Amino acid sequence: MATQFEVNGRKVSVNVQPRMTLADCLRHELKLTGTHVACEHGVCGACTVIMDGEAVRSCLTLAVQAENSKIVTVEGLSPAEGLSPLQQAFKHHHALQCGFCTPGMLTTLHALLSQEPNATEERIRDVISGNICRCTGYVTIVEAALDARSAYQAGSEKA
Amino acid sequence: MKLPDFEYRAPDTLAEAVVLLASSEGARPLAGGQSFLPIMAFRLAEPTMLVDLKKIQELRGIQVSEQGVRIGAMTRWREILDDPRLKAAIPLLPEAIEHVAHYQVRNRGTIGGSLAHADPAAEMPAVALALDAQIEAMGPKGRRMIAAQDLFVGPLMTSLETDEIIVAVHIPAGPSNRRYGFQEFSRRRGDFALAGIALSYDQDAQGRAANIRIAAFSIADTPVRLKAAEAILNGKIVDASTIAAAAAAASGEVDPAGDIHASARYRKALVGTMLTRALERAAADAR
Ligand SMILES: Cc1cc2nc3c(=O)[nH]c(=O)nc-3n(C[C@H](O)[C@H](O)[C@H](O)COP(=O)(O)OP(=O)(O)OC[C@H]3O[C@@H](n4cnc5c(N)ncnc54)[C@H](O)[C@@H]3O)c2cc1C
Ligand code: FES
Ligand code: FES
Repeated sequence: MATQFEVNGRKVSVNVQPRMTLADCLRHELKLTGTHVACEHGVCGACTVIMDGEAVRSCLTLAVQAENSKIVTVEGLSPAEGLSPLQQAFKHHHALQCGFCTPGMLTTLHALLSQEPNATEERIRDVISGNICRCTGYVTIVEAALDARSAYQAGSEKA
Repeated sequence: MKLPDFEYRAPDTLAEAVVLLASSEGARPLAGGQSFLPIMAFRLAEPTMLVDLKKIQELRGIQVSEQGVRIGAMTRWREILDDPRLKAAIPLLPEAIEHVAHYQVRNRGTIGGSLAHADPAAEMPAVALALDAQIEAMGPKGRRMIAAQDLFVGPLMTSLETDEIIVAVHIPAGPSNRRYGFQEFSRRRGDFALAGIALSYDQDAQGRAANIRIAAFSIADTPVRLKAAEAILNGKIVDASTIAAAAAAASGEVDPAGDIHASARYRKALVGTMLTRALERAAADAR
């Protein structure tokens, strides 16, 4: 099925089987391998992308369901050069070790902080409870998110 | 992991969707996909056609009136949590939905999908029972209302015909003295509960409970009313002694299965504890 949507500000047109998930479409058709895939049934959060401003699991979304939507993947979070404030905060706080969960953490937290720039620590913890990280123990991820809030509060970061 | 092969359609109207569903044996509605895609990934379902309900306006929107609340089937969890009118009209609803899944899943999962999916561990079916909700469904033979207690017939099984679509959920408004309680226990917030309780009752001027409806979930093939516990509380003041008696009755009347997450004995005890906490909250909650 011919399907059109926008990825990281670029219009794309793909011809996919209806059964292809958005995650597979991004990785295999569009070669955007920043979106990671692990459990493939909605449990781990590694595949999170931002769809029309909201964090969603791309393994639980069909590519054909993305028709006419705006998708942002982890690749789309970085500025032309360097790192975004959230990425910078992850680096500063050592909020990643193996990095497998990181794309999902970044997209989830970017969507959250864009909508709720004053999110409390409790809110941040609740939100990333849907993303499994086997390395960090979450503490540094929460610290990074708290630290990055100021960039979103200042309005320089938006989904 | 590849999903089974299917045809994909996204009709604009409810009438078209009904025709599509009736046209083929293996056609199924698709709402948020948050339960259906995992099930397809495991090949527990192999639909030949998915009829995506996303464009159908009639399935959207939340209406709040004197008579109660109407929530369109395609209303997402997130929209329910974000609507301040619902918090005021039926506080049990947002309180329970906060326990449904995680952030990203709540951005796509829908109330209609949850009721049709009929997971015995899900919150919404039990809430529908406790609130005496009516489910509006549409099929080739027309529209009908199904009481929540008649909808759930087994694990992941409902009394809907395969070509029927849930259009909306209707929740009657309670009197101003209605009390609500919700409790569940899960190992991690957002995970399915090991056991949970949703309840409502009306408290009269003397402080006695009437019209009590207690629904337990994650302890049987469907959500169930706890009739023995209800009988103990109806007409009585909800206090420490009636709560203790009701909790003991509740643990006695359920017959849960054990699994890797919790033994049957543990779940039985948990039902009593959850009921105790839900009743304590409801009794203390002077609205
Ligand atoms: C990691 C994870 C954790 C979760 N945790 C919880 C939890 O704690 N509690 C909980 O309640 N749920 C949980 N869920 C499930 C989630 O709430 C689903 O969103 C919900 O159960 C189904 O809604 P959906 O809109 O995604 O439906 P879909 O997945 O699209 O559909 C589910 C079923 O309902 C049918 N259907 C959908 N809409 C209609 C309709 N309008 N009329 C007739 N049939 C219809 C479909 O054909 C399908 O059989 C979890 C899901 C995941 C992935
Ligand atoms: S790969 Fe999508 S949630 Fe795990
Ligand atoms: S950094 Fe390895 S899983 Fe999170």
